[in-house]
Amino acid sequence: MKENILIIGGGAAGMEAATQLQKMGLTPIIIEKSEALGGHIAQWDRLFPAFHPAKDVVEKMLGQVKDVKTYLNTEVVDIQKDNNGFHAVLSNNETIDAKAVILATGFDIFKAERKQEYGYGIYNNVMTSVELEKFFRTGKDERINNPKKIGFVHCVGARDVKVCNTYCSKVCCTTALKQACEIKEMFPDADVYTFYMDLRMFGPGYEDLYLKTQKDFDVKCVRGRVCEVSEDMDGKLVIKAEDTLFGKPLKMTLDVLVLMCAMEKNKSIDAIQQKLGIANNNDGFMQNSDMYLGMNNTAQDGVFVAGACTAPKSLPDTIGEARSVATQVYNYINR
Amino acid sequence: MDFGFCLSPSSHVKMDSVDLTTFNRLKETNPDVNTCIACGSCTATCTAGNFTEMSFRRMLLMLQRGKEDEAKKMIQRCMLCGKCTLVCPRGINIRKILLDITR
Repeated sequence: MKENILIIGGGAAGMEAATQLQKMGLTPIIIEKSEALGGHIAQWDRLFPAFHPAKDVVEKMLGQVKDVKTYLNTEVVDIQKDNNGFHAVLSNNETIDAKAVILATGFDIFKAERKQEYGYGIYNNVMTSVELEKFFRTGKDERINNPKKIGFVHCVGARDVKVCNTYCSKVCCTTALKQACEIKEMFPDADVYTFYMDLRMFGPGYEDLYLKTQKDFDVKCVRGRVCEVSEDMDGKLVIKAEDTLFGKPLKMTLDVLVLMCAMEKNKSIDAIQQKLGIANNNDGFMQNSDMYLGMNNTAQDGVFVAGACTAPKSLPDTIGEARSVATQVYNYINR
Repeated sequence: MDFGFCLSPSSHVKMDSVDLTTFNRLKETNPDVNTCIACGSCTATCTAGNFTEMSFRRMLLMLQRGKEDEAKKMIQRCMLCGKCTLVCPRGINIRKILLDITR
């Protein structure tokens, strides 16, 4: 039973699905458009809620897929389905025949410059959560120069009708608190503020992180969305927000403002998705056939989905879905 | 001289110039003050709060937003019954904090 299973995307979902399928005796083939496996998680420094090094997880996953046939710097440019299964043409002109396809194409980060009122790309000291994480990983960022006051803005590009993203991006709340603790750890004399609407601490240990953020790290959580950012003569950022618990508008000068950017669907796969006849859901992510029992299935027989291509997801969510998609594919092959 | 009109002061809380001496002093002996999640249980159960503006949650915010005089005025409404301490989901020793502020 050496059936080929085509996995598009070599991030956490793709790698974990491949690992499980290989153990089941099938032949997964990973197509990754970038130069390395690992996806977004490989760009991350530490994971919430317990500050676990992301590298540990990524290296374990990479070790598990070392024997899986993998194409890097490669995209699927065309795909056909007939009675024998799927036939995919790759950007290197190779053709792959497979019995089933798993879309594990994940997410993109919301482009922060679309929320112009936050001044990303206009003011030097406004940065994204992804850039801050890169600073934690590399220790290099000119904007972070012994800051005394740092602010975090939640829900940038999420829960926002104006940018057509009405959904909650799920992981940014916990990430913001994690990053707030980390920056406070580096600069203990700094004042760290987070501007939130709700703090959605949905997972095990996440509420403990919230308590730790308040008690041990003295991070100040202000309930209210930052409405505008400007720059003063010294190049510092002046922000306005309402403290909605206090019922009064606030004005504050900050050295650095971090925007917690939402997840959006990775659109680089749209052409292939269309060819396979899979629609988008209301949030612009891929539509699976059922929220509960068909989360890995799609309108197309033999095409499966896993991970953040269907909605914003945390790493444990994604790994869980990748494992369940392997079972679904196994059952499909043996039907 | 009364010209029949006046300028309204800005209602903005200017966080850059807020004096946090009292709150920071309070924080040293009561690190709990940081852990409020503004659920409002203390205010809802408050015997004095039923008849006055007393609200512990709001009072803590006043201290953090530079309204110390207002906060101290509000505290005078408290009868130290301690119901707020019983209901607080974060286990904040509210009664002790109230006593420490006035001390």
